[in-house]
Amino acid sequence: MSTIKIQIDRLAKSFGQEGEKVRALADFTLTVADGEFVCIVGPSGCGKTTVLRIVAGLEKADSGRVDVRPSGTGRPQNAMVFQEHGLFPWMTVEDNVALSLEMRGVSRQERREKVGFFLEMIGLTRFRGHYPHQLSGGMRQRVSLARALMADPEILLMDEPFAALDAQNKLILQDELLSIWEGSQKTVLFITHGIDEAIALGDRIVVMTAQPGRIKAIVPVDFPRPRSAAELRADPRFGALELSIWRMLEDEVKATRARTEGRA
Amino acid sequence: MRKVTQERALAILSPIAVLVLWQLASDVGLVDQRYVPSPVAIAKAGWSLAATGELEKHVWASLRRLAIGFVLGAVPGILIGIVMGLSRWVRAALDPLVAALYPIPKVAILPLLMLVFGLGDASKVAVVAMSVLFLTIINTTVGVVQLEKIYFDVARNYGTPWYKLFARVILPGALPTIFAGLRISLGVSLVVLVSAEFVAANSGIGYLIWSSWQTLVVENMFVGIIVVTILGVLTTFLLHECERLLVPWRQ
Repeated sequence: MSTIKIQIDRLAKSFGQEGEKVRALADFTLTVADGEFVCIVGPSGCGKTTVLRIVAGLEKADSGRVDVRPSGTGRPQNAMVFQEHGLFPWMTVEDNVALSLEMRGVSRQERREKVGFFLEMIGLTRFRGHYPHQLSGGMRQRVSLARALMADPEILLMDEPFAALDAQNKLILQDELLSIWEGSQKTVLFITHGIDEAIALGDRIVVMTAQPGRIKAIVPVDFPRPRSAAELRADPRFGALELSIWRMLEDEVKATRARTEGRA
Repeated sequence: MRKVTQERALAILSPIAVLVLWQLASDVGLVDQRYVPSPVAIAKAGWSLAATGELEKHVWASLRRLAIGFVLGAVPGILIGIVMGLSRWVRAALDPLVAALYPIPKVAILPLLMLVFGLGDASKVAVVAMSVLFLTIINTTVGVVQLEKIYFDVARNYGTPWYKLFARVILPGALPTIFAGLRISLGVSLVVLVSAEFVAANSGIGYLIWSSWQTLVVENMFVGIIVVTILGVLTTFLLHECERLLVPWRQ
């Protein structure tokens, strides 16, 4: 493997008040290589989003540590592509994409010029003056992706970015993400519900247990790149891999269900 | 398309029809002109009030009090509301105060305000400001509290400095709710202003209506009522235009 980019060491996190603490995450250890695409799957509430938020610096771990090797290029360490509703409704497409520049104090003129490339890339040049509510769900997530790429981070953190999209749009955006990423050498942590999505995109898949979230298995995905999310599905090995990961997840999903039903 | 035109024509014609019926009812003596003068008589009274410059004086007096009071109530209201919306501690400290002071009919404290601010314009401005202040605080607080948590996460993740967090996230995010508060405030402040001018002013539309009643110049009273209605419509329209400019993403 190439150089290490992210080293996550025995991360643990609980939520809630004293006495009613819910352990979200326990003993989460993971090493991600520079330029690697790692997907994390797990049942709802397994703390996968928490991992991402801790890496992003939006949340503090109770114990354990996250080390990110800086590249020394002065680029932002990470940028997150949030689940739906992550765009500011009061900003136009252009302003949303240029967010990182605006916050860094780049002039409006310069922002207008720089944003053009990314709008072209996501095919929304015609919509630069539109507001998010005027766009479809797929277009909105494209804008989210462009916003993160515009920041030019070393690590791209993606929190179920395509979860709210229909199946066709999901496929299209997965392929777009793949082609953008394959030319970018960015390290990606990608959280998803979809096993198929994880296989199509990732170099490795981290399978998590139910609450508290631990790593159950790390599955390498050795389909050659460049990949096409759509074509990959025709490969018989795709189905076999999907099934084997599902077998690992099945127990965890059932455990989560038993717990929530027991509580109700 | 034709249906729209018809609807518009009806919307214009129906008030005219009412005025014509009113005039006719007056002319044939169905309506007692001592209490309800005819539209023509009111128009004449309005014309002569305008010709002497008296009407203009009253309109400006009221508008000035309204505008200054509105701004003096809205600006601190928005600022206090934002702080309350952002800080649980400030909210815990100020919520009971706001809840206690908000329901006081603001006209009820007019005498107190006159004691403090004197008999001049300041007390009328203050009573308008007070009625705007609490409504604005309440609505702004709600607007800020309701901001999605994810917006703050996004702002942090993209390295937003605090002053840009305020100008680009919190304020625009709360603006629709703030404007809802301002719209209600505007209506309330007109009511409060006219009431205050009834009893404690010697200029303004409220004064015009009240003094016309006292001298039984009923036509002038109606002129006042119509003018204050027009003021209400115009200021509401103005506020609406401001909202269209500042909240363009809501159309």
